[in-house]
Amino acid sequence: MSPRTPGADLPEHPDALWRSPEPKRSYDVVIVGGGGHGLATAHYLAKNHGITNVAVLEKGWLAGGNMARNTTIIRSNYLWDESSAIYEHALKLWEGLEEDLGYPILFSQRGVLNLAHTLQDVRDSVRRVEANKLNGVDAEWVEPDEVRKICPVVNTSSDIRYPVLGATYQPRAGIAKHDYVAWGFARRADEAGIDLVQDCEVTGFTTDGNRVTGVQTTRGTIGAGTVALCAAGHTSVLTDVLGIRVPIQSHPLQALVSELLEPVHPTVVMSNAVHVYVSQAHKGELVMGAGVDSYNGYGQRGAFHIIERQMAAAVELFPVFARAHLLRTWAGIVDVSPDASPIVGRTPYDNVYLNCGWGTGGFKATPGIGSALAHTIAHDEPHPFVAPFALDRFVTGALVDEHGAAAVAH
Amino acid sequence: MQLIACPWCGPREEVEFSYGGQAHVPYPDSPAELSDEEWAHYVFFRDNPKGRFAERWNHSAGCRRWFNAIRDTTTYRFERVYRLDDPKRGGTELASSRKEGTAP
Repeated sequence: MSPRTPGADLPEHPDALWRSPEPKRSYDVVIVGGGGHGLATAHYLAKNHGITNVAVLEKGWLAGGNMARNTTIIRSNYLWDESSAIYEHALKLWEGLEEDLGYPILFSQRGVLNLAHTLQDVRDSVRRVEANKLNGVDAEWVEPDEVRKICPVVNTSSDIRYPVLGATYQPRAGIAKHDYVAWGFARRADEAGIDLVQDCEVTGFTTDGNRVTGVQTTRGTIGAGTVALCAAGHTSVLTDVLGIRVPIQSHPLQALVSELLEPVHPTVVMSNAVHVYVSQAHKGELVMGAGVDSYNGYGQRGAFHIIERQMAAAVELFPVFARAHLLRTWAGIVDVSPDASPIVGRTPYDNVYLNCGWGTGGFKATPGIGSALAHTIAHDEPHPFVAPFALDRFVTGALVDEHGAAAVAH
Repeated sequence: MQLIACPWCGPREEVEFSYGGQAHVPYPDSPAELSDEEWAHYVFFRDNPKGRFAERWNHSAGCRRWFNAIRDTTTYRFERVYRLDDPKRGGTELASSRKEGTAP
């Protein structure tokens, strides 16, 4: 009997969700960065504005950067009007995204608890709840016994180092399957005729006065009517070439998953004081994250003591997880701005738009910024949702300080 | 865990240190004459290179003294540490001075 050919009885490769085209010589709009924001922007350019002569240039593979590395938390309970406006806009789009994309994204509105552990936490949290209500964002303050009802595995006993004094609760918050989100956007953009070009790193720009006329890439020079930079942690690499200074610092942000567990954690829990955020993915692994590694870094990895601290915080809050095994850790490169708010809008170049500074919170904004940036590009005018986040706020002083004020875990 | 060579204490574990961002950002010579834009750049804007970066570090759980380091933000490798009263060293000099004060 002759040996069987290895793989001969495997099924055919499934149909590709998008083409892998050669880049054309020029496009009306070139989006640099094929992550969530870039793909969403492409989708809404086609869907809302009929602009389809668009390329999304990705130096690696689609959605292989932070879009593949985040902890998938979606919420809109930010303190300031400017922030809650863009994130609530995003959340409303999330709520209709499966239908819009015609693709399952496992969007699960399981709610988020932001725990308060100190009197100051409590005051800040209640203030944020009231601000959220004024902005039409669903939010409530819940006492420890209600925390226990919403998420029974949280340790609400009073004998721990930082007892849970209550929490803010946003029921409409939740999680989604990050890869599916990217694939859904990519498929729709591709169907509309937009070219998604992978293995295409932007290395420079051709300029004519105050305009950028094209982008130089590892696959040749591509002409561009308008350029949108959606490169997250690598934005500075691009803006340095353009001679634009942007006040962001790139840091590794680590996340981790446990082995698969039975469904035990019904919501999303975030804690700033003990600093960890935990949800349970559909498949069953616990997904955790916390703060950035302190130093600037582009290495897509971080230091293990940061993981140790996250785990310590997680076990303090969830003693039931003490024997869960850590399965994987990884890091993405996040672009942190001085006020922990994004930087979106015009640049010194007439036809170059910036979208960066989302730091550790960019995933939840994906459809919101995609639609607002597409509007900004189509109308050559910053959409009201992104106008407050212009680069010039660091000169005018009109910061949107979500760092200290909202005490949100970024 | 990465070892960082404090110029005073020698190699110590990374957890003993805290990060101070870009080094060699001097206070403006004539602060009263600065425009809003110049102030913005002094207060908020820092270099963010992918590669070699001159940074401030503090041995916060050790001797508590500040020092500077040349570190690669891609590999996270410390190429050199030097005291605050040393002038900034250029690229070629960096490459040839890796022995002194280099973390193992």
